[in-house]
This record gives sequence, C-alpha cells and structure tokens, in this order.
Amino acid sequence: MSNTKVDLELDLKGLACPMPVVKVSKGIKEIEVGQVLKAVTTDKGSLTDFPAWAETSGNEILDTQEGDGVFEFYIKRTG
Amino acid sequence: MDDTYMKEMEGLRARMAKLEKGQENKLSAVVFSGGLDKGLASMIIATGASAMGLEVSLFFTFWATPLLRAKGKKPGPKDFFGKLFGAMMPRGAGKAKLSQMHMGGMGTAMIKNIMKKKNVASLPELITLAGELDVKITICEMSMDLMGFTREEMIDYPNLHYGGVAAFVAEAAKSKVQLFI
Repeated sequence: MSNTKVDLELDLKGLACPMPVVKVSKGIKEIEVGQVLKAVTTDKGSLTDFPAWAETSGNEILDTQEGDGVFEFYIKRTG
Repeated sequence: MDDTYMKEMEGLRARMAKLEKGQENKLSAVVFSGGLDKGLASMIIATGASAMGLEVSLFFTFWATPLLRAKGKKPGPKDFFGKLFGAMMPRGAGKAKLSQMHMGGMGTAMIKNIMKKKNVASLPELITLAGELDVKITICEMSMDLMGFTREEMIDYPNLHYGGVAAFVAEAAKSKVQLFI
C-alpha cells in the first residue's frame, strides 16, 4: 500500500484507548471526501476499534499493515 | 390497487416515520457512581462514542456529582450539612478513588501511576476532551441540592446543564444506546 497517495498522516504511537479513535475522527474531518488518511498506532485495540469506527462513521479502511508492534491504517474519507 | 391496501400502506408509512424519529444516533448515559474506575469507563465511552459520530449526553447524579466539582473555586455560602458534605465528598475528578482496591489510597495511587506510564488519559483530561467533543453533561439538580453543592463550585464545562429526571428520560427515549454506570 506504499504507493497509495496519502493526504494526511497521523502519528498516534504510544496513545491508549480512546485517544487513537478520537484523534482519527478529528483527522478525517481535515481531509476532503475521497482523500486518504494514514494513521500509525501502537495500541493493539485499534485493530478492532478502527474497523468499528469506520463502519459506524461511514468511512473506508483501504488497508491495514502490521509489524514490530506498529499498526498502519490507510483510511479513505467516504462519509 | 384497492382502498384497504392503500390505507394499510399509509398506516405502515406513518409507523415507519415514527420509528425512525424515535431512534436518533445518540447515546444517553446516567453516570451514578463516583469511583475513579467507573468515571473513567463513562468518559472513555462518551468520548469514543462522540468520535464515532454519535451525539452524547451524560446525566451526572448522586455519587458522580462531586466528580464535576472544580478544584479551587469558592462555593459561596452553605448551611451546616452543605459544609459537612462538601468536606466529606471528593473535590473534583482528580480526587476520585477506585471503587475497589483503594487500600487506603495505595491502590488508587498505584493505578494512577500505571495509567501515566501507559499513557492512558486521566479522568480530568478525559472530561476536558469530552468538552472539546461537545459531549453534553447535565447535572442532577436534586443531587446538587441534597449534597449542598452550589453551581459556583462546579467545573467550567462548555456544554453544561442542570436538570432532573425528565431531562434525562426525554433524551434517553430517543437514543439508540442507553447506559447506567
């Protein structure tokens, strides 16, 4: 997913629940519909929280990458 | 199509409209407990739900009321019982104790320390965040009266209201999610 054009990147490493979801919901409002937000977290809960947030808020997770305890989410603003 | 069929359709449509109106994308919670743990749960759910696009309304009553007292504000004149309650109850969210394993202060101090290490937001921080997210807080007028708290000693919070049971039930009746914590 490294070739995806990212319009905004959020470094959420070290943050615990509920901050990753709160920050990502603020971040998505800073980009236009159709643009992509990349969020990087270390909170394992975000693996289930981000898809749940996306479904409820009406946004789309294009891809999720895992490695070294770091999670990368590519989220397209659709809502 | 015959008349009865059309009438039935109309009736169904009216019922659908009523159902849709009755279910707003909203979370209403009664925050009843004054413990640090339950306060944290309440505020994490509130801020999380707000981030997910739900409108959030919290009704603070009984033991949870002192969580919204401000640290250094002057309460104004109080009667004897008001003063007594004021002295006995925690002054604000920063003074809340764990509802279990408080152990004379050791347990609460330990969990606060671990929370800081793990970068978990503190209860006062979460209340400030809720304010930024436009989470509505209604403080129970009756609890204020019972415990002798004055409005002057409560926190400065952007979306703060005072009300009674009807204020809560009116919102809860329209909410998709209702909680009692």
